Amino acid sequence: MDNAIPATSLSHQSVTFAEGLPLDCGFHLAPVDVAYRTYGRLSPARDNAIVVCHALTGDQYVADPHPLTGKPGWWSRMVGPGLPIDTDRFFVICSNVLGGCMGTTGPRSPRTLPDGTQEPWGTDFPPITIRDMVRAQKLLVEHLGITRLLAVVGGSMGGMQVLEWAATYPECVFAALPIATSPFHSAQNIAFNEVSRQAIFADPQWHGGRYWECGEIPARGLAVARMMAHITYLSEAALTRKFGRRVRHEPGKSGAGAPGSLFGEMFEVESYLRHQGSTFVRRFDANSYLTITRAMDYFDLGAEHDGDMSHPFAGTRTRFCIVSFSSDWLFPTSQSRLLARALNRVAANVSFVEIESDKGHDAFLLDEPDFDRTIRGFLCGAAEHAGIA
Amino acid sequence: MRLDQRLIAGMIRPRTRVLDVGSGDGALLDYLFRNSGCDARGIEIDMKEVTRSVAHGLPVMHGDADHDLAHYPDNAFDYVVLQRTLQAVERPREVLRQMLRIGRYAIVSFPNFGHWRLRLQLLTRGRMPMTSVWSRPWYDTPNIHPCTILDFLTLCRDEGYGVQQWMAVDEDGERAPWRRSIRLANLFGEQALFLLRRKDGPRP
Repeated sequence: MDNAIPATSLSHQSVTFAEGLPLDCGFHLAPVDVAYRTYGRLSPARDNAIVVCHALTGDQYVADPHPLTGKPGWWSRMVGPGLPIDTDRFFVICSNVLGGCMGTTGPRSPRTLPDGTQEPWGTDFPPITIRDMVRAQKLLVEHLGITRLLAVVGGSMGGMQVLEWAATYPECVFAALPIATSPFHSAQNIAFNEVSRQAIFADPQWHGGRYWECGEIPARGLAVARMMAHITYLSEAALTRKFGRRVRHEPGKSGAGAPGSLFGEMFEVESYLRHQGSTFVRRFDANSYLTITRAMDYFDLGAEHDGDMSHPFAGTRTRFCIVSFSSDWLFPTSQSRLLARALNRVAANVSFVEIESDKGHDAFLLDEPDFDRTIRGFLCGAAEHAGIA
Repeated sequence: MRLDQRLIAGMIRPRTRVLDVGSGDGALLDYLFRNSGCDARGIEIDMKEVTRSVAHGLPVMHGDADHDLAHYPDNAFDYVVLQRTLQAVERPREVLRQMLRIGRYAIVSFPNFGHWRLRLQLLTRGRMPMTSVWSRPWYDTPNIHPCTILDFLTLCRDEGYGVQQWMAVDEDGERAPWRRSIRLANLFGEQALFLLRRKDGPRP
Protein backbone atom coordinates (compact mmCIF):
# COMPACT_ATOMS: atom_id res chain seq x y z
CA MET A 1 0.00 0.00 0.00
CA ASP A 2 1.19 3.44 -0.87
CA ASN A 3 2.27 5.47 2.13
CA ALA A 4 2.86 8.78 0.41
CA ILE A 5 1.96 11.69 2.66
CA PRO A 6 -0.65 13.91 1.02
CA ALA A 7 0.64 17.35 0.24
CA THR A 8 -0.75 19.73 2.83
CA SER A 9 1.03 22.84 1.72
CA LEU A 10 -0.65 23.26 -1.65
CA SER A 11 -1.97 26.74 -2.19
CA HIS A 12 -5.55 27.05 -3.35
CA GLN A 13 -7.54 30.09 -4.43
CA SER A 14 -9.52 30.87 -1.30
CA VAL A 15 -11.23 33.51 0.81
CA THR A 16 -11.16 33.79 4.61
CA PHE A 17 -14.27 34.72 6.56
CA ALA A 18 -12.92 35.92 9.89
CA GLU A 19 -16.37 36.09 11.48
CA GLY A 20 -16.80 32.40 10.69
CA LEU A 21 -20.00 30.42 10.69
CA PRO A 22 -22.53 29.16 13.25
CA LEU A 23 -22.88 25.41 12.76
CA ASP A 24 -25.97 23.24 13.19
CA CYS A 25 -24.28 21.56 16.18
CA GLY A 26 -24.21 24.88 18.03
CA PHE A 27 -20.49 25.50 17.65
CA HIS A 28 -19.33 28.74 16.08
CA LEU A 29 -16.49 27.90 13.71
CA ALA A 30 -14.15 30.84 13.04
CA PRO A 31 -12.31 31.72 10.98
CA VAL A 32 -13.56 29.81 7.94
CA ASP A 33 -11.55 29.50 4.74
CA VAL A 34 -13.42 28.59 1.57
CA ALA A 35 -11.28 27.39 -1.34
CA TYR A 36 -12.92 27.71 -4.72
CA ARG A 37 -12.52 27.87 -8.48
CA THR A 38 -14.55 29.89 -10.94
CA TYR A 39 -15.01 29.44 -14.69
CA GLY A 40 -16.47 31.79 -17.27
CA ARG A 41 -17.39 35.40 -16.63
CA LEU A 42 -19.95 36.94 -14.34
CA SER A 43 -22.39 39.03 -16.38
CA PRO A 44 -22.70 42.76 -15.57
CA ALA A 45 -26.17 42.04 -14.14
CA ARG A 46 -24.61 39.24 -12.03
CA ASP A 47 -27.42 36.92 -13.06
CA ASN A 48 -25.61 34.06 -14.80
CA ALA A 49 -23.94 32.31 -11.85
CA ILE A 50 -24.18 28.55 -11.36
CA VAL A 51 -22.87 26.84 -8.25
CA VAL A 52 -21.60 23.31 -8.82
CA CYS A 53 -21.51 21.16 -5.67
CA HIS A 54 -19.04 18.31 -5.49
CA ALA A 55 -19.56 14.81 -4.14
CA LEU A 56 -17.95 13.08 -1.13
CA THR A 57 -14.42 12.84 -2.49
CA GLY A 58 -14.60 15.60 -5.07
CA ASP A 59 -13.19 19.08 -4.81
CA GLN A 60 -13.30 22.53 -6.39
CA TYR A 61 -11.22 21.46 -9.38
CA VAL A 62 -14.30 20.73 -11.43
CA ALA A 63 -12.91 21.68 -14.83
CA ASP A 64 -9.17 22.23 -14.52
CA PRO A 65 -6.38 19.79 -13.77
CA HIS A 66 -6.16 18.49 -10.23
CA PRO A 67 -3.09 20.00 -8.54
CA LEU A 68 -2.14 16.73 -6.84
CA THR A 69 -2.93 14.10 -9.43
CA GLY A 70 -2.59 16.18 -12.60
CA LYS A 71 -5.77 14.51 -13.88
CA PRO A 72 -8.48 16.54 -15.66
CA GLY A 73 -11.15 18.10 -13.44
CA TRP A 74 -13.77 15.66 -12.17
CA TRP A 75 -16.52 17.16 -14.37
CA SER A 76 -14.41 18.56 -17.18
CA ARG A 77 -16.64 16.75 -19.66
CA MET A 78 -19.65 18.69 -18.37
CA VAL A 79 -18.31 22.14 -17.45
CA GLY A 80 -16.49 24.24 -20.03
CA PRO A 81 -16.87 26.35 -23.16
CA GLY A 82 -19.67 24.93 -25.31
CA LEU A 83 -20.29 22.06 -22.88
CA PRO A 84 -23.68 21.41 -21.21
CA ILE A 85 -22.76 23.72 -18.32
CA ASP A 86 -21.48 26.26 -20.81
CA THR A 87 -18.84 28.61 -19.41
CA ASP A 88 -19.25 30.81 -22.49
CA ARG A 89 -22.68 31.68 -21.11
CA PHE A 90 -22.54 30.95 -17.40
CA PHE A 91 -20.27 31.88 -14.52
CA VAL A 92 -19.53 28.63 -12.70
CA ILE A 93 -18.45 28.54 -9.06
CA CYS A 94 -17.25 25.39 -7.32
CA SER A 95 -15.91 25.39 -3.79
CA ASN A 96 -14.35 22.71 -1.63
CA VAL A 97 -16.91 21.65 1.00
CA LEU A 98 -16.61 22.57 4.64
CA GLY A 99 -14.78 19.69 6.31
CA GLY A 100 -12.85 18.99 3.12
CA CYS A 101 -9.11 18.79 2.63
CA MET A 102 -8.46 20.92 -0.45
CA GLY A 103 -8.19 24.33 1.15
CA THR A 104 -11.57 24.85 2.82
CA THR A 105 -11.55 24.67 6.62
CA GLY A 106 -11.65 21.05 7.72
CA PRO A 107 -10.08 18.58 10.13
CA ARG A 108 -6.63 19.18 8.66
CA SER A 109 -6.85 22.96 9.18
CA PRO A 110 -4.92 24.41 12.10
CA ARG A 111 -6.65 25.60 15.23
CA THR A 112 -5.21 27.63 18.06
CA LEU A 113 -5.15 25.90 21.43
CA PRO A 114 -5.66 27.81 24.74
CA ASP A 115 -1.91 27.90 25.25
CA GLY A 116 -1.46 29.69 21.94
CA THR A 117 0.05 26.76 20.05
CA GLN A 118 -1.43 25.50 16.81
CA GLU A 119 -2.33 21.98 15.74
CA PRO A 120 -4.72 20.43 13.24
CA TRP A 121 -8.35 19.99 14.33
CA GLY A 122 -8.26 16.27 13.62
CA THR A 123 -11.15 14.39 15.18
CA ASP A 124 -11.95 17.44 17.34
CA PHE A 125 -13.31 19.17 14.24
CA PRO A 126 -16.97 19.89 15.02
CA PRO A 127 -19.54 17.62 13.40
CA ILE A 128 -20.91 19.40 10.37
CA THR A 129 -24.02 18.98 8.25
CA ILE A 130 -24.80 19.36 4.57
CA ARG A 131 -26.55 22.62 5.51
CA ASP A 132 -23.32 23.87 7.15
CA MET A 133 -21.52 23.17 3.86
CA VAL A 134 -24.17 25.19 2.03
CA ARG A 135 -23.89 28.06 4.53
CA ALA A 136 -20.17 28.26 3.78
CA GLN A 137 -20.94 28.32 0.04
CA LYS A 138 -23.47 31.10 0.65
CA LEU A 139 -20.74 33.20 2.29
CA LEU A 140 -18.61 32.72 -0.80
CA VAL A 141 -21.46 33.58 -3.18
CA GLU A 142 -22.18 36.79 -1.24
CA HIS A 143 -18.48 37.58 -1.21
CA LEU A 144 -18.54 37.36 -5.02
CA GLY A 145 -21.36 39.92 -5.05
CA ILE A 146 -24.08 37.55 -6.24
CA THR A 147 -27.57 37.69 -4.72
CA ARG A 148 -29.37 35.16 -6.92
CA LEU A 149 -27.94 32.03 -8.50
CA LEU A 150 -29.30 30.96 -11.86
CA ALA A 151 -28.78 27.36 -10.79
CA VAL A 152 -27.25 25.04 -8.24
CA VAL A 153 -26.10 21.71 -9.68
CA GLY A 154 -24.61 18.62 -8.09
CA GLY A 155 -24.59 14.83 -8.01
CA SER A 156 -24.64 12.41 -5.08
CA MET A 157 -23.61 14.38 -1.96
CA GLY A 158 -23.50 17.38 -4.29
CA GLY A 159 -27.20 16.76 -4.93
CA MET A 160 -27.85 16.86 -1.18
CA GLN A 161 -26.23 20.30 -1.14
CA VAL A 162 -28.43 21.36 -4.06
CA LEU A 163 -31.51 20.38 -2.04
CA GLU A 164 -30.25 22.23 1.05
CA TRP A 165 -29.58 25.31 -1.07
CA ALA A 166 -33.16 25.24 -2.37
CA ALA A 167 -34.58 24.59 1.09
CA THR A 168 -32.46 27.10 3.03
CA TYR A 169 -32.12 29.94 0.52
CA PRO A 170 -35.13 29.51 -1.81
CA GLU A 171 -35.05 33.13 -2.95
CA CYS A 172 -31.42 32.74 -4.07
CA VAL A 173 -31.93 29.64 -6.21
CA PHE A 174 -33.75 30.10 -9.51
CA ALA A 175 -33.16 26.51 -10.62
CA ALA A 176 -31.96 23.39 -8.82
CA LEU A 177 -30.51 20.26 -10.41
CA PRO A 178 -30.17 17.43 -7.87
CA ILE A 179 -28.59 14.44 -9.62
CA ALA A 180 -28.30 10.82 -8.45
CA THR A 181 -29.22 11.80 -4.93
CA SER A 182 -31.87 11.34 -2.25
CA PRO A 183 -33.90 13.49 0.15
CA PHE A 184 -32.35 11.53 3.02
CA HIS A 185 -29.40 9.19 3.47
CA SER A 186 -30.75 5.65 3.55
CA ALA A 187 -29.96 3.03 6.19
CA GLN A 188 -28.06 1.06 3.55
CA ASN A 189 -25.88 4.04 2.70
CA ILE A 190 -25.22 4.83 6.36
CA ALA A 191 -24.17 1.18 6.70
CA PHE A 192 -21.70 1.47 3.83
CA ASN A 193 -20.27 4.64 5.34
CA GLU A 194 -19.88 2.90 8.68
CA VAL A 195 -17.85 0.09 7.10
CA SER A 196 -15.63 2.72 5.48
CA ARG A 197 -15.10 4.44 8.80
CA GLN A 198 -14.38 1.21 10.64
CA ALA A 199 -11.71 0.39 8.07
CA ILE A 200 -9.99 3.69 8.94
CA PHE A 201 -10.37 3.19 12.70
CA ALA A 202 -8.86 -0.29 12.39
CA ASP A 203 -5.67 0.98 10.79
CA PRO A 204 -2.90 1.10 13.46
CA GLN A 205 -1.55 4.17 11.73
CA TRP A 206 -4.76 6.07 12.45
CA HIS A 207 -3.47 6.74 16.01
CA GLY A 208 -6.86 7.79 17.32
CA GLY A 209 -7.07 10.43 14.60
CA ARG A 210 -3.78 12.15 15.60
CA TYR A 211 -1.76 10.51 12.83
CA TRP A 212 -0.01 13.76 11.91
CA GLU A 213 1.94 13.56 15.19
CA CYS A 214 3.74 10.45 13.93
CA GLY A 215 4.09 11.73 10.39
CA GLU A 216 1.93 8.88 9.20
CA ILE A 217 -1.43 8.46 7.53
CA PRO A 218 -3.87 5.56 7.89
CA ALA A 219 -3.30 4.76 4.25
CA ARG A 220 -4.39 1.15 4.42
CA GLY A 221 -7.66 1.88 6.23
CA LEU A 222 -8.49 4.80 3.97
CA ALA A 223 -7.68 2.73 0.88
CA VAL A 224 -9.96 -0.10 2.03
CA ALA A 225 -12.68 2.45 2.73
CA ARG A 226 -12.29 3.76 -0.79
CA MET A 227 -12.24 0.28 -2.35
CA MET A 228 -15.45 -0.71 -0.60
CA ALA A 229 -17.16 2.57 -1.46
CA HIS A 230 -16.01 2.36 -5.06
CA ILE A 231 -17.93 -0.89 -5.55
CA THR A 232 -21.11 0.92 -4.54
CA TYR A 233 -20.49 3.55 -7.23
CA LEU A 234 -20.54 0.93 -10.00
CA SER A 235 -22.97 -1.76 -11.04
CA GLU A 236 -22.68 -5.46 -11.64
CA ALA A 237 -23.10 -4.87 -15.37
CA ALA A 238 -20.36 -2.23 -15.39
CA LEU A 239 -17.94 -4.44 -13.44
CA THR A 240 -18.67 -7.38 -15.72
CA ARG A 241 -18.20 -5.29 -18.83
CA LYS A 242 -14.95 -3.75 -17.57
CA PHE A 243 -13.31 -6.75 -15.92
CA GLY A 244 -15.37 -9.91 -16.16
CA ARG A 245 -13.46 -12.76 -14.54
CA ARG A 246 -10.21 -11.89 -16.23
CA VAL A 247 -7.06 -12.67 -14.28
CA ARG A 248 -3.95 -10.58 -14.35
CA HIS A 249 -0.63 -12.47 -14.35
CA GLU A 250 2.38 -10.74 -12.94
CA PRO A 251 5.47 -12.71 -13.93
CA GLY A 252 8.55 -12.69 -11.72
CA LYS A 253 6.66 -12.19 -8.48
CA SER A 254 7.61 -14.27 -5.50
CA GLY A 255 6.25 -14.87 -2.02
CA ALA A 256 2.53 -14.50 -1.43
CA GLY A 257 2.03 -13.38 -4.99
CA ALA A 258 3.89 -16.26 -6.58
CA PRO A 259 2.07 -18.59 -8.97
CA GLY A 260 0.64 -21.58 -7.21
CA SER A 261 0.03 -19.74 -3.95
CA LEU A 262 -3.41 -18.82 -2.70
CA PHE A 263 -3.20 -15.30 -4.05
CA GLY A 264 -0.75 -16.00 -6.83
CA GLU A 265 -3.09 -14.56 -9.38
CA MET A 266 -5.05 -11.41 -9.17
CA PHE A 267 -8.42 -10.80 -10.76
CA GLU A 268 -8.42 -7.62 -12.78
CA VAL A 269 -11.20 -6.21 -10.65
CA GLU A 270 -9.00 -6.65 -7.56
CA SER A 271 -6.14 -4.88 -9.21
CA TYR A 272 -8.44 -2.05 -10.26
CA LEU A 273 -9.80 -1.57 -6.74
CA ARG A 274 -6.29 -1.60 -5.22
CA HIS A 275 -5.27 1.07 -7.69
CA GLN A 276 -8.33 3.13 -6.78
CA GLY A 277 -7.48 2.78 -3.09
CA SER A 278 -3.81 3.66 -3.37
CA THR A 279 -4.31 6.72 -5.57
CA PHE A 280 -7.06 7.99 -3.28
CA VAL A 281 -4.92 8.11 -0.14
CA ARG A 282 -2.50 10.45 -1.89
CA ARG A 283 -5.13 13.11 -2.28
CA PHE A 284 -7.55 12.67 0.59
CA ASP A 285 -7.40 13.13 4.34
CA ALA A 286 -8.80 10.36 6.54
CA ASN A 287 -10.36 12.71 9.10
CA SER A 288 -12.04 14.65 6.30
CA TYR A 289 -13.45 11.36 5.05
CA LEU A 290 -14.88 10.66 8.52
CA THR A 291 -16.31 14.18 8.88
CA ILE A 292 -17.93 14.31 5.45
CA THR A 293 -19.40 10.79 5.52
CA ARG A 294 -20.96 11.67 8.88
CA ALA A 295 -22.49 14.83 7.38
CA MET A 296 -24.07 12.68 4.67
CA ASP A 297 -25.44 10.28 7.26
CA TYR A 298 -27.18 13.13 9.10
CA PHE A 299 -28.83 14.38 5.91
CA ASP A 300 -32.62 14.12 6.06
CA LEU A 301 -34.80 16.86 4.60
CA GLY A 302 -37.79 15.72 6.63
CA ALA A 303 -35.98 15.39 9.96
CA GLU A 304 -37.16 18.73 11.35
CA HIS A 305 -40.67 18.33 9.94
CA ASP A 306 -41.92 14.96 11.27
CA GLY A 307 -40.57 13.24 8.19
CA ASP A 308 -42.43 15.49 5.74
CA MET A 309 -39.85 16.11 3.02
CA SER A 310 -42.08 18.55 1.19
CA HIS A 311 -42.28 20.98 4.10
CA PRO A 312 -38.90 22.66 3.51
CA PHE A 313 -40.07 23.49 -0.04
CA ALA A 314 -43.51 24.96 0.76
CA GLY A 315 -44.15 27.93 -1.50
CA THR A 316 -40.92 27.44 -3.44
CA ARG A 317 -40.59 29.16 -6.80
CA THR A 318 -37.41 27.28 -7.71
CA ARG A 319 -37.48 25.17 -10.88
CA PHE A 320 -36.26 21.65 -10.10
CA CYS A 321 -34.82 19.02 -12.39
CA ILE A 322 -34.29 15.68 -10.70
CA VAL A 323 -32.11 13.17 -12.53
CA SER A 324 -31.52 9.53 -11.59
CA PHE A 325 -29.83 6.62 -13.36
CA SER A 326 -31.49 3.27 -13.92
CA SER A 327 -28.58 1.16 -12.63
CA ASP A 328 -27.73 3.35 -9.61
CA TRP A 329 -28.34 1.17 -6.57
CA LEU A 330 -26.65 3.54 -4.10
CA PHE A 331 -29.10 6.39 -4.83
CA PRO A 332 -31.81 4.48 -6.71
CA THR A 333 -34.54 6.06 -8.83
CA SER A 334 -37.10 5.18 -6.15
CA GLN A 335 -35.48 7.75 -3.83
CA SER A 336 -35.51 10.40 -6.55
CA ARG A 337 -39.18 9.61 -7.11
CA LEU A 338 -39.87 10.18 -3.40
CA LEU A 339 -38.23 13.57 -3.81
CA ALA A 340 -40.24 14.36 -6.95
CA ARG A 341 -43.49 13.48 -5.19
CA ALA A 342 -42.54 15.54 -2.14
CA LEU A 343 -42.07 18.49 -4.49
CA ASN A 344 -45.40 17.69 -6.22
CA ARG A 345 -47.11 17.99 -2.84
CA VAL A 346 -46.17 21.67 -2.74
CA ALA A 347 -46.94 22.09 -6.46
CA ALA A 348 -43.31 22.92 -7.21
CA ASN A 349 -42.09 23.14 -10.79
CA VAL A 350 -40.41 19.74 -11.20
CA SER A 351 -38.83 17.90 -14.06
CA PHE A 352 -37.85 14.31 -13.32
CA VAL A 353 -35.83 12.12 -15.64
CA GLU A 354 -34.37 8.65 -15.17
CA ILE A 355 -31.46 8.14 -17.54
CA GLU A 356 -31.05 4.63 -18.92
CA SER A 357 -27.50 3.54 -18.08
CA ASP A 358 -25.67 0.44 -16.87
CA LYS A 359 -22.84 2.42 -15.27
CA GLY A 360 -24.30 2.65 -11.77
CA HIS A 361 -24.03 5.66 -9.48
CA ASP A 362 -20.89 6.94 -11.23
CA ALA A 363 -22.90 7.45 -14.44
CA PHE A 364 -23.30 11.14 -13.60
CA LEU A 365 -19.54 11.56 -14.05
CA LEU A 366 -19.35 9.54 -17.25
CA ASP A 367 -20.33 9.80 -20.89
CA GLU A 368 -24.13 9.62 -21.07
CA PRO A 369 -25.44 11.62 -24.05
CA ASP A 370 -29.06 11.71 -22.80
CA PHE A 371 -27.81 13.05 -19.48
CA ASP A 372 -25.79 15.78 -21.19
CA ARG A 373 -28.81 16.80 -23.26
CA THR A 374 -30.97 16.91 -20.14
CA ILE A 375 -28.55 19.17 -18.25
CA ARG A 376 -28.02 21.47 -21.22
CA GLY A 377 -31.72 21.71 -22.03
CA PHE A 378 -32.82 22.29 -18.46
CA LEU A 379 -30.23 25.04 -17.93
CA CYS A 380 -31.11 26.71 -21.25
CA GLY A 381 -34.79 26.58 -20.31
CA ALA A 382 -34.02 28.01 -16.86
CA ALA A 383 -31.96 30.81 -18.42
CA GLU A 384 -34.85 31.61 -20.76
CA HIS A 385 -37.37 31.70 -17.92
CA ALA A 386 -34.98 33.82 -15.85
CA GLY A 387 -34.86 36.30 -18.71
CA ILE A 388 -31.18 35.79 -19.49
CA ALA A 389 -30.55 36.10 -23.19
CA MET B 1 -48.72 20.72 -33.01
CA ARG B 2 -51.73 18.58 -33.89
CA LEU B 3 -54.94 20.37 -34.74
CA ASP B 4 -56.77 18.97 -31.72
CA GLN B 5 -53.98 20.36 -29.57
CA ARG B 6 -54.68 23.76 -31.11
CA LEU B 7 -58.32 23.34 -30.11
CA ILE B 8 -57.19 22.48 -26.56
CA ALA B 9 -54.87 25.49 -26.49
CA GLY B 10 -57.84 27.60 -27.55
CA MET B 11 -59.74 26.52 -24.42
CA ILE B 12 -56.94 27.65 -22.09
CA ARG B 13 -56.82 31.25 -20.92
CA PRO B 14 -53.44 33.01 -21.11
CA ARG B 15 -51.13 33.20 -18.09
CA THR B 16 -52.79 30.30 -16.25
CA ARG B 17 -51.28 27.23 -14.57
CA VAL B 18 -51.60 24.11 -16.69
CA LEU B 19 -50.71 20.46 -16.08
CA ASP B 20 -50.59 18.37 -19.25
CA VAL B 21 -50.95 14.70 -18.29
CA GLY B 22 -49.41 12.63 -21.07
CA SER B 23 -47.51 15.56 -22.54
CA GLY B 24 -45.78 13.45 -25.22
CA ASP B 25 -43.23 15.44 -27.14
CA GLY B 26 -44.18 18.58 -25.21
CA ALA B 27 -45.64 20.45 -28.20
CA LEU B 28 -48.64 21.75 -26.26
CA LEU B 29 -46.47 22.79 -23.29
CA ASP B 30 -44.12 24.68 -25.56
CA TYR B 31 -47.03 26.40 -27.30
CA LEU B 32 -48.73 27.39 -24.04
CA PHE B 33 -45.49 28.82 -22.61
CA ARG B 34 -44.48 30.74 -25.73
CA ASN B 35 -47.86 31.93 -27.01
CA SER B 36 -50.04 32.15 -23.90
CA GLY B 37 -47.49 32.89 -21.17
CA CYS B 38 -48.78 29.89 -19.20
CA ASP B 39 -46.96 28.11 -16.40
CA ALA B 40 -47.31 24.80 -18.24
CA ARG B 41 -45.90 21.53 -16.92
CA GLY B 42 -46.12 17.96 -18.07
CA ILE B 43 -46.32 14.39 -16.85
CA GLU B 44 -45.29 11.71 -19.34
CA ILE B 45 -45.01 7.94 -19.03
CA ASP B 46 -42.55 7.40 -21.90
CA MET B 47 -39.06 8.16 -20.60
CA LYS B 48 -37.71 8.95 -24.07
CA GLU B 49 -40.32 11.67 -24.47
CA VAL B 50 -39.57 12.97 -20.96
CA THR B 51 -35.87 13.25 -21.74
CA ARG B 52 -36.60 14.91 -25.06
CA SER B 53 -38.94 17.43 -23.43
CA VAL B 54 -36.56 18.31 -20.60
CA ALA B 55 -33.74 18.61 -23.12
CA HIS B 56 -35.90 21.25 -24.78
CA GLY B 57 -36.15 23.11 -21.50
CA LEU B 58 -39.73 22.02 -20.76
CA PRO B 59 -40.72 21.07 -17.21
CA VAL B 60 -41.80 17.45 -17.57
CA MET B 61 -41.66 14.67 -15.01
CA HIS B 62 -41.80 10.95 -15.50
CA GLY B 63 -45.05 9.58 -14.19
CA ASP B 64 -48.57 8.58 -15.16
CA ALA B 65 -52.17 9.63 -14.67
CA ASP B 66 -53.07 6.71 -12.41
CA HIS B 67 -50.27 7.09 -9.88
CA ASP B 68 -48.94 10.63 -9.86
CA LEU B 69 -51.92 13.00 -9.75
CA ALA B 70 -52.74 12.02 -6.17
CA HIS B 71 -49.57 13.74 -4.90
CA TYR B 72 -50.54 17.24 -6.00
CA PRO B 73 -52.40 19.57 -3.64
CA ASP B 74 -55.97 20.77 -4.29
CA ASN B 75 -56.29 23.62 -6.78
CA ALA B 76 -52.63 23.47 -7.81
CA PHE B 77 -53.59 24.23 -11.42
CA ASP B 78 -56.17 26.13 -13.42
CA TYR B 79 -56.35 23.43 -16.11
CA VAL B 80 -55.41 19.76 -16.11
CA VAL B 81 -55.23 18.30 -19.61
CA LEU B 82 -55.51 14.62 -20.53
CA GLN B 83 -55.02 14.04 -24.26
CA ARG B 84 -56.13 10.80 -25.92
CA THR B 85 -55.26 8.86 -22.78
CA LEU B 86 -58.45 8.39 -20.75
CA GLN B 87 -59.22 5.08 -22.49
CA ALA B 88 -55.79 3.70 -21.52
CA VAL B 89 -55.67 4.50 -17.80
CA GLU B 90 -56.39 1.91 -15.11
CA ARG B 91 -59.13 3.87 -13.34
CA PRO B 92 -60.66 6.55 -15.58
CA ARG B 93 -63.21 7.73 -13.03
CA GLU B 94 -60.56 8.19 -10.35
CA VAL B 95 -58.25 9.98 -12.81
CA LEU B 96 -61.07 12.44 -13.64
CA ARG B 97 -61.71 13.00 -9.94
CA GLN B 98 -58.02 13.73 -9.35
CA MET B 99 -57.89 16.07 -12.36
CA LEU B 100 -60.82 18.10 -11.03
CA ARG B 101 -59.38 18.07 -7.51
CA ILE B 102 -56.00 19.51 -8.44
CA GLY B 103 -57.35 21.67 -11.27
CA ARG B 104 -60.29 24.06 -11.59
CA TYR B 105 -60.95 22.78 -15.09
CA ALA B 106 -60.24 19.48 -16.81
CA ILE B 107 -59.70 19.20 -20.55
CA VAL B 108 -60.15 15.63 -21.76
CA SER B 109 -59.86 14.19 -25.22
CA PHE B 110 -60.49 10.55 -26.11
CA PRO B 111 -61.27 8.42 -29.16
CA ASN B 112 -65.00 7.84 -29.53
CA PHE B 113 -65.94 4.14 -29.53
CA GLY B 114 -69.43 5.07 -30.78
CA HIS B 115 -68.19 6.04 -34.26
CA TRP B 116 -70.31 4.48 -37.02
CA ARG B 117 -67.40 2.57 -38.55
CA LEU B 118 -66.80 0.71 -35.28
CA ARG B 119 -70.49 -0.02 -34.85
CA LEU B 120 -70.76 -1.28 -38.42
CA GLN B 121 -67.72 -3.53 -38.15
CA LEU B 122 -68.97 -5.13 -34.97
CA LEU B 123 -72.43 -5.57 -36.48
CA THR B 124 -71.35 -7.00 -39.81
CA ARG B 125 -68.24 -8.98 -38.86
CA GLY B 126 -69.04 -9.85 -35.28
CA ARG B 127 -65.46 -9.18 -34.26
CA MET B 128 -63.68 -6.41 -32.35
CA PRO B 129 -63.43 -3.43 -34.70
CA MET B 130 -60.09 -2.28 -36.09
CA THR B 131 -59.74 1.22 -37.53
CA SER B 132 -56.98 3.77 -37.91
CA VAL B 133 -57.92 5.14 -34.46
CA TRP B 134 -58.39 1.71 -32.83
CA SER B 135 -55.51 0.09 -34.64
CA ARG B 136 -54.31 -2.63 -32.27
CA PRO B 137 -55.93 -6.09 -31.81
CA TRP B 138 -57.92 -6.66 -28.60
CA TYR B 139 -55.16 -8.74 -26.96
CA ASP B 140 -52.50 -6.12 -27.58
CA THR B 141 -54.27 -2.80 -27.11
CA PRO B 142 -53.37 -0.39 -24.32
CA ASN B 143 -56.92 0.97 -24.62
CA ILE B 144 -58.53 -1.00 -21.82
CA HIS B 145 -61.39 1.42 -21.11
CA PRO B 146 -62.95 2.47 -24.41
CA CYS B 147 -66.10 4.56 -24.18
CA THR B 148 -68.49 6.49 -26.39
CA ILE B 149 -69.30 10.18 -26.18
CA LEU B 150 -72.66 9.28 -24.60
CA ASP B 151 -70.94 7.05 -22.04
CA PHE B 152 -68.64 9.88 -21.10
CA LEU B 153 -71.50 12.35 -20.75
CA THR B 154 -73.28 9.91 -18.45
CA LEU B 155 -70.19 9.62 -16.27
CA CYS B 156 -69.91 13.41 -16.11
CA ARG B 157 -73.54 13.66 -15.04
CA ASP B 158 -73.11 10.93 -12.40
CA GLU B 159 -70.02 12.63 -11.02
CA GLY B 160 -71.61 16.05 -11.21
CA TYR B 161 -69.13 17.63 -13.58
CA GLY B 162 -70.28 20.60 -15.58
CA VAL B 163 -69.58 20.42 -19.33
CA GLN B 164 -68.38 23.91 -20.21
CA GLN B 165 -67.60 23.08 -23.80
CA TRP B 166 -67.47 19.99 -26.00
CA MET B 167 -66.63 19.19 -29.59
CA ALA B 168 -66.22 16.20 -31.85
CA VAL B 169 -63.04 16.05 -33.83
CA ASP B 170 -61.95 13.80 -36.66
CA GLU B 171 -58.74 11.79 -36.48
CA ASP B 172 -56.61 14.55 -37.99
CA GLY B 173 -57.93 16.90 -35.34
CA GLU B 174 -60.19 18.89 -37.69
CA ARG B 175 -63.22 20.05 -35.82
CA ALA B 176 -66.23 18.04 -36.98
CA PRO B 177 -69.44 19.90 -37.76
CA TRP B 178 -71.79 17.97 -35.44
CA ARG B 179 -71.74 20.48 -32.64
CA ARG B 180 -75.48 20.75 -32.20
CA SER B 181 -76.35 17.09 -31.79
CA ILE B 182 -74.60 14.85 -29.32
CA ARG B 183 -76.14 11.80 -31.03
CA LEU B 184 -74.72 12.77 -34.42
CA ALA B 185 -71.37 13.56 -32.83
CA ASN B 186 -71.42 10.15 -31.18
CA LEU B 187 -71.99 8.57 -34.58
CA PHE B 188 -69.63 10.64 -36.72
CA GLY B 189 -66.99 12.01 -34.35
CA GLU B 190 -63.72 10.07 -34.19
CA GLN B 191 -62.32 12.00 -31.23
CA ALA B 192 -64.14 13.89 -28.50
CA LEU B 193 -62.91 16.92 -26.62
CA PHE B 194 -64.44 18.15 -23.36
CA LEU B 195 -63.85 21.10 -21.08
CA LEU B 196 -65.19 20.16 -17.65
CA ARG B 197 -65.53 21.99 -14.38
CA ARG B 198 -66.15 20.81 -10.86
CA LYS B 199 -69.66 20.39 -9.44
CA ASP B 200 -69.14 23.27 -7.03
CA GLY B 201 -67.91 25.41 -9.91
CA PRO B 202 -64.59 27.13 -10.25
CA ARG B 203 -63.41 28.75 -7.09
CA PRO B 204 -62.50 32.41 -7.19
